[in-house]
Amino acid sequence: MSHAALAAPSRRRAGDGGDRLFAGLCLGAGILVLLLLGAIILTLFIGGLPAFRAFGAGFLWSTAWSPVEGREQYGALVPIFGTVVSAVLAILVAVPLAFGVAFFLTELAPPWLRRPVGTAIELLAAIPSIIYGMWGLFVLVPLVQQYIQLTIGDTLGAIPLVGFLFASNSFAGTSLFSAALVLAIMILPFIAATMRDVFGQVPAVYKESAYGLGCTRWEVMRNVVLPYTRVSVVGGIMLGLGRALGETMAVTFVIGNANRLPTSLFDPSTTIASIVAMEFPESLMGSLKQSSLLALGFLLFVISFIVLAISRLLLRSRLKG
Amino acid sequence: MQRRHLLIASGLAAATPLLGRPALAQQTPITGAGASFPRPVYERWGQAAREAVGVQLNYQSIGSGGGINQITNRTVDFGASDAPLAAAQLAERKLLQFPTVMGSVVLIVNLPGVADNALRLTPDLVADLFLGKVTRWNDARIAEQNKDLKLPNLPVAPVYRADASGTTFVFTSYLSRVSEAWKAGPGAATSVQWPGGQGARGNEGVANTVRQTPGGLGYTENAYATVNRLVTTQLRNKAGKFIKPEMPSFLAAAKAADWSAPNFAADLINLDGEDTWPIVAPTFILLPVNPTADRLAGSLATMKFFDWAYGHGAEAARRLEYIPLPDSVHAAIRSAWSAVKTPDGKPVWTA
Repeated sequence: MSHAALAAPSRRRAGDGGDRLFAGLCLGAGILVLLLLGAIILTLFIGGLPAFRAFGAGFLWSTAWSPVEGREQYGALVPIFGTVVSAVLAILVAVPLAFGVAFFLTELAPPWLRRPVGTAIELLAAIPSIIYGMWGLFVLVPLVQQYIQLTIGDTLGAIPLVGFLFASNSFAGTSLFSAALVLAIMILPFIAATMRDVFGQVPAVYKESAYGLGCTRWEVMRNVVLPYTRVSVVGGIMLGLGRALGETMAVTFVIGNANRLPTSLFDPSTTIASIVAMEFPESLMGSLKQSSLLALGFLLFVISFIVLAISRLLLRSRLKG
Repeated sequence: MQRRHLLIASGLAAATPLLGRPALAQQTPITGAGASFPRPVYERWGQAAREAVGVQLNYQSIGSGGGINQITNRTVDFGASDAPLAAAQLAERKLLQFPTVMGSVVLIVNLPGVADNALRLTPDLVADLFLGKVTRWNDARIAEQNKDLKLPNLPVAPVYRADASGTTFVFTSYLSRVSEAWKAGPGAATSVQWPGGQGARGNEGVANTVRQTPGGLGYTENAYATVNRLVTTQLRNKAGKFIKPEMPSFLAAAKAADWSAPNFAADLINLDGEDTWPIVAPTFILLPVNPTADRLAGSLATMKFFDWAYGHGAEAARRLEYIPLPDSVHAAIRSAWSAVKTPDGKPVWTA
């Protein structure tokens, strides 16, 4: 003991240097991330500048995408629309499913079933997106085409006011709807795993007290677990949304890649990530086309940023309330 | 770098005198990048040429646009493009352009009860099908050309390449040539704004979407359609005859072409001639005319490689459903290679 105490001052001095070095490295790592992010945004913006200059603000709401030499015309509305709509649809499908999975795993499932189902959900996250794309094209798309679009599409199309959402002249099955389904399956594990983990962290005392007051399982979930975990649940959903916005390969396979504004769920469309992946290899350096693609990349960045900001805002107002 | 490699190599040679020099050391590596359409034939030639001419080819099919970018930056020995570059662009980028093989584009359909090469289409019908003006397969205009076929009452579902590609460039060039409405509308490019239908990735995506959509209509490279036994159609050529997409009609187009066009940018689309298939196009190589000193070996090896391929690669190309160039064109290309000069002004290619 006393030996250690005697040696301490000199050791502390040596440790001081190490501490400072470590702090410096950590600071450097933090700043590096910021710099990288800034550099990427800047590169995209500078690359996209010629397109913004050529088309002005109209770039944002033009539906044109025509790389024909001599009369090139590019606009971002269709890819922006497709990106946002497919991601939002995917969230609408995935969140209830993920909630069901998490609820089942934490409250209902017999203990011997929890691990295999939980592992299966996590494994979904490990499947490469190209596999989802191929599976979507070869399995899901024909199913959507035959059993959803051709069977009930016409019936749904007859509904007044909203019928146009389901009526489509495109019968290939690759559509906004298929893309949203594939995306929903892809982001399901992220949301489900987050929900399961945070549901499991709710102190047992809280739940037991509620049960003691005579609450049903659903009332416990609604009034105790969900309020307690709200921040993390929204965080998990945003993680999923972020992934859905940027997903490239799987979407490309099943969305139909049409640069036309879709009016129906079963119409083909395109997303920003998809159009960049499809068109970039054939774009010449310094061409207006490449610049427009970089501008699209910049816009995707902006959209992701807006989504993140909105989620923060939602969380803050809810926390205050 | 190179000196270090030499040192290591000589060191190895000295240390292991009993082991023979590895065969690889004598082969000149060349790197090319560009069009994906000719990749299968370049790879087949590359394998055969390794022994025959001592050239080891590394070809990256990153797309024509990427190939043009890379050769302009001189990061590869040669670039490959499906669409010919304009003379001004070649001059600006200091590139020599020459064709290697030709390919053709065919139409594929999915019509229950209609056999391979049975459906007869006219040029304006093809344009109107892709323009969305003809929307049902039992349309009177289609029935008029196909009196012996029982056409189903299915909606027409056009399928196109979603990725920008040379195939799309060739096909839309054809449509622009035969239809004023197409020329004024979508136009010709590696990707266009399609008036209707679905986009699918690559030949395999188009083929698959057509296969699973009754009433589907798409276009692919002939090589892909043949290998996968897709249901193709006949097409009426400029002479007014219905032609099946087969090798003799492709060769007829190659023969009818005017190869004296500047930079070998011969136009094989919608040519005159009784038996010509109307949608045929060559694919091109881009070679710097002013290779730097460290790229001289690669430049020479590239020319050696294609010299060998012109002489010995025709059979391999034909087996992969590519169309070899006529011999007269080979000779013209070899003489055009004299434009590639060393830094001190001597031609690199001397044979």
